Amino acid sequence: MTLAALEITSSYYLVLAAMVFTIGAVGVLTRRNVLVMFMCVELMLNAVNLSFVAFARALDDVTGQVIVFFVLVVAAAEVAVGLAIIVAIFRRRRHATADDLRALRG
Amino acid sequence: MIPVLFFLAAAATLAGALGVVLARNPVHAALFLVQTLIGVAVLFLLQDAELVAAVQVIVYASAIVVLFLFVIMLLGVDRAESMEDRVPYQRPAAIALGVILLVELLVLAGHEWATGQPTASGVPLEGGGFGGNVERVARVLFTDFLWAFEITSVLLVIAVVGAVVLARRSGQRGAPIDAPEGADEGDAGAAEEARV
Repeated sequence: MTLAALEITSSYYLVLAAMVFTIGAVGVLTRRNVLVMFMCVELMLNAVNLSFVAFARALDDVTGQVIVFFVLVVAAAEVAVGLAIIVAIFRRRRHATADDLRALRG
Repeated sequence: MIPVLFFLAAAATLAGALGVVLARNPVHAALFLVQTLIGVAVLFLLQDAELVAAVQVIVYASAIVVLFLFVIMLLGVDRAESMEDRVPYQRPAAIALGVILLVELLVLAGHEWATGQPTASGVPLEGGGFGGNVERVARVLFTDFLWAFEITSVLLVIAVVGAVVLARRSGQRGAPIDAPEGADEGDAGAAEEARV
C-alpha cells in the first residue's frame, strides 16, 4: 500500500495547522454566540500549538514543546477571565450574543 | 502505520473544527471541540511529544471543556442562536478573508525559512543523554524558561483575581439585576487581592 510508505513530514502538520487556524478565524468572524467564539479562539490556539510541536520535531529542539505549555497557561487564564466576563454580561442582559454588546460602542 | 494514524487524526481534527463552527447548539460545539483536541493530542503523540499530548488531554480536553460546558449549562444558552447577521455581507466577507488567510498560511508553510536549520544549542528530542521526553521538557522549562515560568504564576494569580471580581454577585440577594454597581465593588476587589 502506498499510503503506508508515505513519509509524513512536518509540512503535513503545518498545512493541517493552517487549515484549523483558518477554520477558527472564520468561526470567530461568523458566529454570534460569545461562547462559541471562545471555542473558536481555542481552535486557533491549538493550531498554533500543533505548528510549535511540528517545528520542535523538524528542528529537533524540545523548546517548541515547552512553548506549548506557556500557550496552555495563557489559554487557561483567558478562558477563566473570558467566561467570567460572559457570566457578568449574561447576568445583566439575559443573552450572550456579540450583537447584544453594541452598547459598548463609545 | 504512522501515515494511516496521521490521516485519521487529521480527519478527526478537521471534522471537529468544522463542527465547532457549524454546530447551531453550543453544547454540540463543545463536544466537537473535544474531538478536535483529542485529534491534536494524537498528532502530538505522532511527533514524539508525549508530555504535551498528556497535558493536552488532561487540561484542555477535560478541564477547559468542562468549564465551557459548565458555563453553557449555568447560563442556559444551550439553545440554537439565530444565524441572521445584523451586518450585511458579514458571512461572505468572513469566508473570503478566511480563504485569503489560508492561502497565505499555506504559502508560508511551504517556504524554505519555515523549515530552516536546526538550532546548534538546545536540547534535542532524542539522544544526548537527557533522559525521556518529560526530563527534556523539564530541563528546558526550569533553566532557559525559568523567568517566564515564574511570570506565568503571576499571570494565573491575576486571572483568578480578575475572574472572582468579575463574576462576583454584586449587591444583596434578591436585588434587581440592573442595580448600579457602586463602591462596594472596589472594596471587595481590594479585599480579594489582600486575601490572595
